Amino acid sequence: MLALFVRRGVFMLLTVLAVTVVGFLIIQLPPGDFLTLYILELEASGEVVDEATVDNLRRRYGLDLSPLGQYLRWLGNLVRGDFGLSFGWNRPVSELIGERLALTVTISLLTLFISYLLAIPIGIYSAVHQYSFSDYAFTVVGFMGLALPNFLFALILLYLFFTVFDIAVVGLFSSEFINEPWSVARVIDMLKHLPVPLLVIGLQGTAGLIRVMRGSLLDELRKQYVITARAKGLDERALLFRYPVRLAINPIISSVSWQLPQIVSGAVIVAVVLNLPTLGPLLLRALLTQDMFLAGTIIVMITILAVLGAFISDMMLMWVDPRIRFERAEG
Amino acid sequence: MAEATQAAPITGNAQEQYYLSSQTQLMWRKFKRHKLAMAAGLLLVLFYVAAALVEVIAPYRPDTRFTEYIFTPPQRLRVVDHTGRLHLRPFVYGLQRELDMDTLERIYTEDHAVIHPLRLFVRGDEYRMWGLFDGDVHLVGVENGVYFPFGTDKLGRDLFSRNLYAIRISLSIGLIGVAVSFVLGCLLGGISGYYGGVPDLIIQRIIEFLISIPVIPFWMGLAAALPHDWPSLRIYFAITIILGIIGWSQLARVVRGKLISLREEDFVMAASVAGATKASIIFRHLLPSFMSYLIVSLTLAVPNMILGETALSFLGLGLQPPVVSWGVLLQDAQNLQSLANHSWLLIPGLFVVVSVLAFNFVGDGLRDAADPYR
Repeated sequence: MLALFVRRGVFMLLTVLAVTVVGFLIIQLPPGDFLTLYILELEASGEVVDEATVDNLRRRYGLDLSPLGQYLRWLGNLVRGDFGLSFGWNRPVSELIGERLALTVTISLLTLFISYLLAIPIGIYSAVHQYSFSDYAFTVVGFMGLALPNFLFALILLYLFFTVFDIAVVGLFSSEFINEPWSVARVIDMLKHLPVPLLVIGLQGTAGLIRVMRGSLLDELRKQYVITARAKGLDERALLFRYPVRLAINPIISSVSWQLPQIVSGAVIVAVVLNLPTLGPLLLRALLTQDMFLAGTIIVMITILAVLGAFISDMMLMWVDPRIRFERAEG
Repeated sequence: MAEATQAAPITGNAQEQYYLSSQTQLMWRKFKRHKLAMAAGLLLVLFYVAAALVEVIAPYRPDTRFTEYIFTPPQRLRVVDHTGRLHLRPFVYGLQRELDMDTLERIYTEDHAVIHPLRLFVRGDEYRMWGLFDGDVHLVGVENGVYFPFGTDKLGRDLFSRNLYAIRISLSIGLIGVAVSFVLGCLLGGISGYYGGVPDLIIQRIIEFLISIPVIPFWMGLAAALPHDWPSLRIYFAITIILGIIGWSQLARVVRGKLISLREEDFVMAASVAGATKASIIFRHLLPSFMSYLIVSLTLAVPNMILGETALSFLGLGLQPPVVSWGVLLQDAQNLQSLANHSWLLIPGLFVVVSVLAFNFVGDGLRDAADPYR
């Protein structure tokens, strides 16, 4: 167990390190550094920028270092929680990210939780009632989840809610709560706004999970031990939940570690469409305005979030379920 | 997905034919039985034909602006007119435009006095087909009037034509992106599966890395880093490469898994004893033996590329106008305002859903057909 923990942990750290490299590349890729932009802006506003000032600024932001040096410097700052300055907002990146990060985590975890909460019973039901009307209905839902891009689903819901109920399902807070400090009323208000985003973000993952749950339970139900148990007169419900379900649930539970990256990934676009106060819209705006420090940091943060979440859920699973523990130890 | 249909008892000549069929012929026999996959395959063929001949099929050019007809709702094609008389030739009514002085919205009503019958092979916008020859004949259209089956956009451009032109971009990006994934997947998966050892370890870790990161933020970051002054063709290829770079991992897994199970087979040993080089063993003997699995994974990978491009372009980070793709078209439907008033702007989404579903059905059909045990 400890060896697994260490191995998985080392891999996670390497992943995070690789992510920071990519994040740094994304910051560096667009031509011109942000200082050039800054100087251009100063000159545009009529200020005279002499060589000495430029050199000073260059040193101050570490732009005189080699690419590797710049990366290490940036990484060091990142570890210390100093994410640099957003050029577009002229504010520290950490200040901009703060609350949005918390909301991103909340929404992702809730979506994950609800996906499983819905997928497991629906998958079981579909398998037990194979080829029934509801089974077909859920199959259709499954294909929709597969083919309907979640931002399109968001747009459609937006349109339906607006035309049918005359409600705009955008944002996460009612207007009177947007700039309020946290309070019980604000949390309740948020909970009221949550269903639509959770539904949209969760559809794809849930649909996939239902398919897997249904498929693996169907495989289990065909096995001989089920027939034996039935022949011995075991109550159908007890039989179902005592053996096949517990076996069939394994593949979807162990998929939790790659569900989270997908949810986090999809949430970015949905958040843009539904205008959620999460990291997604901030990332898009940063990318469109070439505010690369902010964009790079957000990408790194989002990824670390997903990787860390996957790591924790993996560890918890291995701790709970010896089968997964042995499976991973072999693989 | 498909029910395993048992082959009907085969007798005489047909039996002989069955046993002599090649693998491809057997697959085709089984695939034909999968009705949904056949229908989906047919639809995709239609899409690609439309993409190839779009200049003729589309009634207008994608950039022709009808300044008199901004945000026209889709026009209904009719065979029965307002008096109940049946017309043998389908027609559309002319349009009357009013300006609502309160909301400053344009309101279009049908003018029952003006009838534009639909005609085949009408002359209209001039185009240059495949950069080779000029023409002005369009498959269908109306003379002296306008016909917008899907309405028009904010600049008065015909959305039906634009959607057809978008097929060309959106569906080809799927193919090229998959081709990039295919090359990378075969190469890296092949090395990983055949050589094993350190290269395998490294490539496996890269794959795990790619699976454990949220892809969309990375796609967004890479796409945003493309220089803005690039010509649209170069942006197009850059986007396909970005989609392909992150999308190859799934394919590499399939290749690796298959190679590992196949490399211990006798025919590989025979080939290597006969003096075949490693490369020729991989590409001449091993790859063909699981080609069908590769084709299935490729078919199932195309939708991801299409969805990726649509998402990126929708956000404004992918392809840029004047290039027309479904994602670019959906940009106009980004806010509630335009959705509520001009719901037909969502039509490109329907194309995305239909084509993604079609690729999935074809992939499912191919998977069943390629499986010798079904």
